[in-house]
Amino acid sequence: MATWQPDPSFYPSPRMAAKAPVEALAYVAAFDPDRQQPDCIAVVDVDPGSPDYSEIVGQLDMPNTGDELHHFGWNACSSCLCPNAPHPHVERRYLVVPGLRSSRLHIVDTRPDPRQPELVRVIEPHEVMERAGYSRLHTVHCGPDGIYVNALGNADGGTPGGIFLLDHESFDVLGRWEMDRGPQELAYDFWWHLGHDTMITSEWGTPETFENGLVPEVLLGSRYGRRLHFWDLHRRKHQQTIDLGAEHQLVFELRPAHDPTSAYGFVGCVISLKDLSASIWTWYRDGGQWAVRKVIEIPAEPADPELLPPILKGFGAVPPLVTDIDLSMDDRFLYVSCWGTGDMRQYDVSDPMDPKLTGTVRVGGIVSRATHPRAANGALNGGPQMVEISRDGKRVYFTNSLYGAIDPQFYPDGIDGWMVKLNAEDNGGISFDGDFFVDWPKSHRPHQIRLEGGDCSSDSYCYP
Amino acid sequence: MPELAPWLALAGLGAFHGVNPAMGWLFAAALGLHRRSGAAVWQSLVPIAAGHALSVALVVGLVLALGAVVEQRSLEIAAGLLLIGWAAYHAVYGHRHRVRIGFTAGMAGLGIWSFLMATAHGAGLMLIPVVLPLCLAATPARELTAAGSLPISLAALGVHTAAMLSVIAVVAFAVYQWFGVGFLRRGWINVDLIWIGTLAVTGGVLLA
Repeated sequence: MATWQPDPSFYPSPRMAAKAPVEALAYVAAFDPDRQQPDCIAVVDVDPGSPDYSEIVGQLDMPNTGDELHHFGWNACSSCLCPNAPHPHVERRYLVVPGLRSSRLHIVDTRPDPRQPELVRVIEPHEVMERAGYSRLHTVHCGPDGIYVNALGNADGGTPGGIFLLDHESFDVLGRWEMDRGPQELAYDFWWHLGHDTMITSEWGTPETFENGLVPEVLLGSRYGRRLHFWDLHRRKHQQTIDLGAEHQLVFELRPAHDPTSAYGFVGCVISLKDLSASIWTWYRDGGQWAVRKVIEIPAEPADPELLPPILKGFGAVPPLVTDIDLSMDDRFLYVSCWGTGDMRQYDVSDPMDPKLTGTVRVGGIVSRATHPRAANGALNGGPQMVEISRDGKRVYFTNSLYGAIDPQFYPDGIDGWMVKLNAEDNGGISFDGDFFVDWPKSHRPHQIRLEGGDCSSDSYCYP
Repeated sequence: MPELAPWLALAGLGAFHGVNPAMGWLFAAALGLHRRSGAAVWQSLVPIAAGHALSVALVVGLVLALGAVVEQRSLEIAAGLLLIGWAAYHAVYGHRHRVRIGFTAGMAGLGIWSFLMATAHGAGLMLIPVVLPLCLAATPARELTAAGSLPISLAALGVHTAAMLSVIAVVAFAVYQWFGVGFLRRGWINVDLIWIGTLAVTGGVLLA
């Protein structure tokens, strides 16, 4: 329904969004790794003044099992205020929740009761495959002209993976986004620079190389993704490929600067075949082209092979495994999840070419099994993974599961889900909120977090 | 002395089109903010006004040309129904178009953007109920002829575009220079609803 004024959670600029009210609820995708029970969207109370603080206060079960809910997004966000496609008189109301394994899309209504969302539409996998030609749905972004969803495979489960559009009012699948994909085959994440008419996509692998876990031969053969792709956002044409090099495998989360006048961003590379290190790269404009530079390298930590899972025993080291990153609204702090070692790192990236480490906490980790002040069990498993930052940059939330089939390769004893919260200082420095620890119900594992009203990876902006 | 009311109506519709953020002042202000340049605001206004004027000219020209071969009342009914249909279309699909032009657009791109926006919004159609009687009154026989319609419709286009350009210039520059875009959060009322209503009302005027 059209509204008379823009949704109050839409902000013209990231500077204004940083002054948004404090979130009271978080939506968390959670999946059953055994695929016996339906996956769900859990609602977590994140209001410190509430008696239910740090509790799951609502839950919406999906209608099927085995979806593997992973990432999700909003139907509409601040990009609706963009001047070239203005239509801000809509509500940020529906969560678009894909199943990574099932390719099923769920439309979830967070009104009238934000604590008890309702399922209003299911788009079955065959509809997505027929209309868009894609499967294995991954990331969702609300764009100026529709809802963008990407997929890791084509309808047959092979390449290419790519992006398709949903109508932002009816949620009908409109079709494939790319007009000319050039050499792009693999997909993982996507986002854009609205101020520079540029789409960026990253690479993981084809479904058969991850749905049963990472395949060591593919990894050691450098056949997982290692490239970035740059596209003309409006002509939908591939423009440029940047290869990070054969040693770099799994190029994951893309975090462009929120300021639409800035033309740079950060991408995490999970692992280097040379020394198991993880890296962060900055992309930037160099003349008329895009270029990248490695700006952070996080080394592997030597470890007793006895303590390592089979996949790592021969290496005698724990790789950091940077599987998610997130950039604060003011483009000042980059948070880096090291799912292997258990670090959550905070870097000051005011100079995007010269990040400075400003804070670290450790929780979980393959070897460290670091605990949390409020954890009952002293040895936590899993590690910092999907990370989300409040719009004001003062609070950081994260969960500990990566992907059902990969979790046991690195955490063979299984992963007991948890969600934690950090408090961030204005000028750098992070610490646990000792009162916030969600000991996740054992039937499910938590994955991506979305904060009520928007967060630092949900919205894009057209005004500086 | 010709009657003043239709000309005021044309200017008023120009101002109304100009006020709508979807017709370009917002884009011009945003480009100024992006490029940190007041000159960018002014330069953007030219292709935006030109694209708008071209769209209006094409639509008005087509309707008047049709008027030379179709009986007047049939033309009014057809144009009235088209306007009401456009209002319905705009209500359902108005925001669901592919975006083709973004922030790196040059002058030509901005002109194309403005042309597409004005056309999709039915900006030219909205002027028909005013331009049609003006052109009819211009000939002694009250018929639509090329000789009678051309100067009148060009004058109408001039008045409309001048009013539109003045308004987008004032609003774009005021937002760029003084107000900023913060007010958009609450102050951006749903002009599209008013727009849809106006399309329907002008259609009704033609049918009446």
